[in-house]
Amino acid sequence: MLNYALSRLLTFIPTFIGVTLISFSFIRALPGDPIQVMAGERGISDERYAELAKQFGYDRPIYVQFWDYLTGVLQGDLGNSFVTKRPVWDEFFALFPATLELSICAMIFAVALGLPAGVIAAVNRGKFFDRALMSTALVGYSMPIFWWALLLIIVFSGNLQWTPVSGRIDLLYYFPDPTGFMIIDSLASGQKGAFTSAMRHLILPTIVLGTIPLAVIARQTRSAMLEVLGEDYIRTARAKGMSPGRINGIHALRNALIPVITVIGLSVGTLLAGAILTETIFSWPGIGKWMVDSIFRRDYPVVQGGLLLIAVMVMIVNLTVDMLYGVINPKIRKR
Amino acid sequence: MTLLHIRNLSVDFATASGQFRAVDGVDQDVNESEILAIVGESGSGKSVSMLAVMGLLPWTATVTADELTFDGQDLLTMDPRARRKIVGKDLAMIFQEPMSSLNPCFTVGWQIREALRVHLGMGRRERQARAIELFEQVGIPDPEKRLSAFPHQMSGGMNQRVMIAMAIACKPKLLIADEPTTALDVTIQAQILDLLASLRDETGMGLVLITHDMGVVAETAERVSVQYAGQKIEEQPVVPLFETPHHPYTSALLDALPERATEKRLPTIPGVVPGQFDRPAGCLFSPRCQFANAKCKAEAPRPSSIELGHARCFYPLNSNERAAS
Ligand SMILES: Nc1ncnc2c1ncn2[C@@H]1O[C@H](COP(=O)(O)OP(=O)(O)OP(=O)(O)O)[C@@H](O)[C@H]1O
Ligand code: SF4
Ligand SMILES: [Mg+2]
Repeated sequence: MLNYALSRLLTFIPTFIGVTLISFSFIRALPGDPIQVMAGERGISDERYAELAKQFGYDRPIYVQFWDYLTGVLQGDLGNSFVTKRPVWDEFFALFPATLELSICAMIFAVALGLPAGVIAAVNRGKFFDRALMSTALVGYSMPIFWWALLLIIVFSGNLQWTPVSGRIDLLYYFPDPTGFMIIDSLASGQKGAFTSAMRHLILPTIVLGTIPLAVIARQTRSAMLEVLGEDYIRTARAKGMSPGRINGIHALRNALIPVITVIGLSVGTLLAGAILTETIFSWPGIGKWMVDSIFRRDYPVVQGGLLLIAVMVMIVNLTVDMLYGVINPKIRKR
Repeated sequence: MTLLHIRNLSVDFATASGQFRAVDGVDQDVNESEILAIVGESGSGKSVSMLAVMGLLPWTATVTADELTFDGQDLLTMDPRARRKIVGKDLAMIFQEPMSSLNPCFTVGWQIREALRVHLGMGRRERQARAIELFEQVGIPDPEKRLSAFPHQMSGGMNQRVMIAMAIACKPKLLIADEPTTALDVTIQAQILDLLASLRDETGMGLVLITHDMGVVAETAERVSVQYAGQKIEEQPVVPLFETPHHPYTSALLDALPERATEKRLPTIPGVVPGQFDRPAGCLFSPRCQFANAKCKAEAPRPSSIELGHARCFYPLNSNERAAS
């Protein structure tokens, strides 16, 4: 198990270098640069531009800049934001809890609904529930996040006024945030109504972000269950006189979980991509919104550093999922 | 006493191309502590008829019977919940592929203890003790350690022993073994059969042994039922069956045995068991029967008397009538 983890960690190295290169090139491939953006409508004189470029080091050859960046990264220095002048590292970890909170809630939402839905659909294969569920899942899967978010906002925030439109909590609440997780901090603050407010703010973004993973998990659970239900050991369980609930929920689900866990791991990447859009729509102060803002400002250090950190997060999650896979699948564990 | 009592059992499958009768009017009795072998070529409905008894057929199957009782209880009218109290407890079954018949995600110990908990409501300690006892009974060495192994960590023979231990965990009255040795090595096959026979001697349970192998039948069985294309075509105690078969199919099976059962597979008779689309009118065996005449091809024979092994044939072999004609 430990060897396996170490060997997986080794494969991180090329991925890491690749991601560094891509994040570095991506923002530079966009037209414009931070100096032009800072100058804005007024424009800037060529002399002043050259002066600033020299100051920021953009006059040097691109490979020298990359080498600088890479050595910085390896020393744990991602540079400072152009705009705020604060270290990218600090900004990222100040905002990351908000994204993490939203992503975790979305994942819980997706798993908590997707697993049972997939199981029930498989057990009732071909019947009304199965068909209804699978068509819904297909719609959910192909629903553009933007459109889905607006629809929910119009209905639940606009017409029904049940949920707030943006942010993480009502403005009247203010309390220290030691963990960065609004749900926990609001509870810890002891302020009346703070927790409820935080939860209410979470509902729509959670649904919007969780919809695609929900659809993916439900479909994968269903197909994995259908495969498992045809296995010989399910017949054995029935020959033992086990109840359908036990057979579906324990004997079959335990086996079906193996491919489902993989899919859950894979959807973390999709989830973070979705978080960028979702946060922008709901003005959710997480790294997604921060990245989008920084791209518009051509804030090179933030974009390249942020992308790198996001990629590392995804890699860590995938590694965790791999480990979990070993725990849940005895055939892998013992090898 | 009769444990399992079957009269006119039929199973129809709904398939994309219409109804298919896999089991056709089978009568069968199994007594306490006897070993009944069911033999027949592939596709003759051996498995399906016993799966029908267990209630393990998929929803595409329609089971009909005049009578279907186990231990005096009517299985036809019983609701599923009540049936689950019998199945796995008093009525157990093991299958051909021990490797795939055990759940790969749970230890074999867990799979055995589960049956003990659900059916007998045993406590944790008691379950463990009984599981160890069962492993000893089926000849698994080092039981404590083996109980925490996963199926893929053990050989096919060991897994079949686990399956047997699991099946006899609640001391069943009847054990159905569906080709329990087909997937195993020859030496292991003999061990497993010996184990089943000795368990029968110890516990007095009835044993239904489904097999392809006439050698197994000769060595293990006491009574033999021969199935063909979903019908029981003959039934006799083992010795007379080998000496005086009454149905031409049984006779052909025995004739095709090289040196009478040294070959470990079912002998070959020209032609194949009719399937869904080539079911003949009249006697189902007529296309392959050397005695077939016009009547055989037009009319379906009914089972004959018990003296003639219930042979479904107009002209049973080794009979006085036949000798006379
Ligand atoms: N689920 C099913 N749906 C449709 N037909 C089936 C199904 N299960 C079995 N059959 C058919 O029923 C017939 C009898 O099958 P069965 O498995 O009982 O044969 P068998 O005598 O056990 O043969 P084998 O020795 O190969 O195990 C076969 O023709 C088979 O194709
Ligand atoms: S009824 Fe005729 S065809 Fe059928 S087994 Fe007897 S002799 Fe052969
Ligand atoms: Mg079979």
